[in-house]
Order: sequence, then C-alpha cells, then structure tokens
Amino acid sequence: MTEAIVMDGVHKRYGEKRALDGLDLAVCGGTVHGVLGPNGAGKTTAVRIMSTLLRHDAGRVTVAGLDVRERAGEVRRRIGLLGQHAAVDEQLGGRQNLEMFGRLYHLGARRAGSRADELLERFGLADTGRKAVKQYSGGMRRRLDLAASLITDPDVLFLDEPTTGLDPRGRTEVWDAVRSLVGGGTTVLLTTQYLDEADQLADRISLIDGGRAVAEGAPDELKALVGGDRIDIVLRDASRLAEAAALLGGPDLVVDADRRRIGAPAPDRMAALARTVRALEDAGIEAEDIAVRRPTLDEVFLSLTGQPAGERTEQKADTAEVAA
Amino acid sequence: MSATTTAVPGRSGGGRGGPGPDGAGASSRIGWALADSWTMTRRELAHWARQPVQVLVGLVFPVMLLLMFTYLVGGGRGVDGDPTEFLVPGMLALTMAFGLESTMLAVTQDLGKGVIDRFRSMPMVPGAVLVGRSTADMLQSTAALAVMAGVGYAVGWRWHNGAAAALGAMGLLLLLRFAMLWVGILLAMVAGRPEMVSAVQILVWPVGFLSNVFATPGSMPGWLGASVEWNPMSATATAVRELFGNPGGATGSWAAEHAQLLAVLWPVAIIAVFFPLAVGKFARLSR
Repeated sequence: MTEAIVMDGVHKRYGEKRALDGLDLAVCGGTVHGVLGPNGAGKTTAVRIMSTLLRHDAGRVTVAGLDVRERAGEVRRRIGLLGQHAAVDEQLGGRQNLEMFGRLYHLGARRAGSRADELLERFGLADTGRKAVKQYSGGMRRRLDLAASLITDPDVLFLDEPTTGLDPRGRTEVWDAVRSLVGGGTTVLLTTQYLDEADQLADRISLIDGGRAVAEGAPDELKALVGGDRIDIVLRDASRLAEAAALLGGPDLVVDADRRRIGAPAPDRMAALARTVRALEDAGIEAEDIAVRRPTLDEVFLSLTGQPAGERTEQKADTAEVAA
Repeated sequence: MSATTTAVPGRSGGGRGGPGPDGAGASSRIGWALADSWTMTRRELAHWARQPVQVLVGLVFPVMLLLMFTYLVGGGRGVDGDPTEFLVPGMLALTMAFGLESTMLAVTQDLGKGVIDRFRSMPMVPGAVLVGRSTADMLQSTAALAVMAGVGYAVGWRWHNGAAAALGAMGLLLLLRFAMLWVGILLAMVAGRPEMVSAVQILVWPVGFLSNVFATPGSMPGWLGASVEWNPMSATATAVRELFGNPGGATGSWAAEHAQLLAVLWPVAIIAVFFPLAVGKFARLSR
C-alpha cells in the first residue's frame, strides 16, 4: 500500500525550544492513524507542518506524495484540516461558511452552494438556517468545522485533537462523524491526548514525546507493551505505603507518596482485586479507594520512556477518567 | 472543475476543486486572485449585514466628533474665515487617519481566530484575505466620508471650487485612508494583541492633535507649528481645504505651499513601505 504521509527526520525549533526533534512518521493510504502524546509533545507542530501552515527546519515531509515545502499549493488542494480551534467564521451562518470555503476552493458559485447543502445534510446541520456559528453548541461547531474540512473530499484529512474541550456528547458526535469517513478512501491523521480516542478510531498509533516518535503499532500491540489492566489503591495512612507496596510485591509497581497511591498490574482483574483487598485487610491497612482500570497514557509513557514527565500529572487524571 | 452533480454524499459528490493559484496560467491566476478577493470582500459585507448596529456606530462616531469640535470645543483657532469651513475638511482628514485603529482592531480580531488557519491551509490566493479587508475598509470609509460631508453641509460647510475639485479632495482623503489601512494591517500582525490596539487607540490622539486639523500652525509656537505642517494628515487637510476652497490659515511655508503634492507623496510613500511589509508578513505568519 502506498504511503499517504511521510515524515522523515523532521526538525522544528522555536528559538531554543525543540518542538520536533527528528520525528519519523509513515501513514498508509486509506487508514486512520493516531498520533498520541502529552501536551507539548509536538503533535500540533507536526500537523501544522504537514498541512503547510508551518515550515520545518530540516527533514522531509510528503503528503499525498507531494513535498509540502515545494508543492504547497497542490498539497492544499488535497488536504482537509480540523485544527484545535474551530476554524470557521463564527459571525456567519453554517451555510455561509461552507459556501465561502467552497468558492475559495474554486468550485464555482453554484457548485459551492450545492456542496454546502450536501454537507449540512450529511452532518445533521441542515436545519440551522441563518443562525450564527457562535450560537452553535460545541459539538455542532466541530461538525461544521469537519464539514468545512471535507468540501473537496480530501485525500488526506488532519484532525488535531478533534474532541478536546467537548463534552461526552459532543465527543460521541465527532467520533461518529469520523467513523463515517473511514472506508471512503480518505487517509485520516488524528492527534489526541486520549488513549481511548486513538483506541476507538485509529488503525495504527504513533506515540510521540519530546518531538520524536517513541513507539508505533496497532492499538493492541501498544497496550501489550504496557501490560494490560492495572489496580489502583489509595491508602488512608501514607506511613503504611511501603508496607503495602511490599505486600503487593511484583515488578512494575508505581508508588505515588503525595497521593498515598499504589498502582500495580492486574492482568486477572477481579481476581487481583479480591486478592488485594484480602491482603490489605489481613495486614490491617485501611484503603480509601481501590479500583481496577485500563492503562493510562501516562503508564504507556512510563513504560516506554522510563520516566513520567511532571507536566503530565494533570492529564493523567483526565485520561484515567476517560479510560475508566 | 468537477462537473459531477450527483446528490450522493461522499467522495463522488466532492470535486477536486478548480485550479489553484499555482500551476495555472498567468491570466487565470489573476482571475482567481480577483475571485478570491471578491469572496473575502463578501465575507466582510456579510459581517456588516449581521451587525448593522456596529456599522452604524462606526458612521456616527466621527459625526459626533465633528459636531463636538464645531459646537462644544470651538476649534478653528487662528483661522481667517469661518471656523466651520476650516474644521470640516480637517475632521474629514482626521477620520481617514483614525481609520488606522479600526483596521488594526479588525485584523487583530481576525488573526486571533482559527478561521485564518483554514484560509491559509486552502489553495486560495494568500493576499485575498488582506484585499478583502482593505476593500471593506475603503467602502466603509467612503460611506463615512459621504455621511460626514452631509452633516458638514447641514452645519454650514460648503465647497466653492466646483464638483471636480471636490471629488479630487475626496480622492486625496481616501488615499490617506488607504495608506493608513496598510499601516494598520502591519501593526496588527506585528503587535496584534488587544492591549496593543488600545495603546494605538490612545496614541493616535496626540498625533491627531499635532496637526492643523483643529487649529492653524500659525497660532502655535514656531517650532510646533513647523513640525505640525509636516504631519501627513496636515498635508491632506491643507490640500483638501484648498480644493474645497475653504480657509486654511496659510503660513507661507514650503510644506503649506506644496500641500497638494505632499498629500499625494506622503500616502504613496507610506503605501510603498507598508504594503510590501504587510503582505510579506502575512505570508510568513507563524512560520
């Protein structure tokens, strides 16, 4: 299968900060590829380079077989972009937006209008009338944004954190819309902070951190890397953390003293839960909370890079919640 | 361009889009540049249609200033003749120069929005965004000029040298506005934060007052009067007063004697500097 996107040793720096540090990426045509990483990993920078908004310093980038630096104009005719912020004119209505973008894609006035109507219908926005986009809900706005990205039926569609900031309902709406694209032959590159989002939508996932790819594979392969489900125990008394950790034993144990928390592998889920509860009870250690859950993005990174970044603590809580 | 008109949503319903700015012949490139610019102008007009009150306020504010300086502040110090006849052309020049801030504000607000990213990721002619902005601003300023001239007429201002000279004066005023437009666009891109816009909104006032809009340079201390005459806005104000046949408070200095020449040279020089800078800056935005 031909590759729709290739990034080969791509570097980009902003002053002293290295946003991309030799990023490699290869995406097969007609697939959904997830790019997963924490804030600041370089996801958005990579998307902006692939979509011709930003110039890279070194390395090679091709999209739909075209070099993004040398043939930016042709690349632009073959891509659609859904950025992190709604890239539509909020003062105008939905149809006005799509018609304007259609004209700018040089469809001609008539075709731009009929294409706008088609897309409004397809994304369930046909009854929005003259209402300005700023009065839309978050999910509606994203769907319109997605519709605008699809005006020319792009070969390659970039979705940069398409559900960040959406409520669960808006998230489901966007997921459904993305799924409906798959199978139409469009190549989708999706960046996300959420493991479950990549899991739901992507055929393959690249994990990136510090501007480079740290792992690549199908979702199941990556999960196997982390080692499956985990059990989390929060103790009432921090002074007994070491004792409890010794009791649970095993490799791959994470002790977080600040939160009085221990995380351990739980491949057998319920059995592990029962075993842990019993062990703690026998030792007379009081637990505030015990839960079995899916591995989080942070643990994927922990197991791949050997060190959690301080910045990720916030997102860990986020991700755990979604993954639970 | 795709001629497919199938109603089935999906790939067949799309269309690759017509030729883009690159890869097309020179004549069709110009054609697309015009088409894209017109689309972007239509966008601004659609904004107006949705916010008529804001458009109205934009027209009423300079009229308010005009009435305030005519009746309350009593401008026109040192003028030999009717102060209203002196003030109205000055206020027209001031309004054109102050267009700088409305352009800057509009561009700043636009750049802060994600929609600019979409424009930049599309195969449109890159400059069309700026052309749309400038066409809309020029239309707005033409309307503002017409309204102010109407109000000026109502308060007793007249032109005395015929319609051709009056139209020439209007042309000079719009030329000043066009120059300020590109200054505003560049400033918005270089320092485009809302707090910078407020700073510029404050700074235009002393620059506005350091001109011959409200008082003749002859009524000012010598050094101040001399520097005031070299203010581009003063050149335009003096030139349009001459063309309208309104009193100008002649000082006999070189700048005052050649006001019509300066009223062309100043804006042209400003455009020559700021237009390429603004277009270049826009092409390199966030790179």
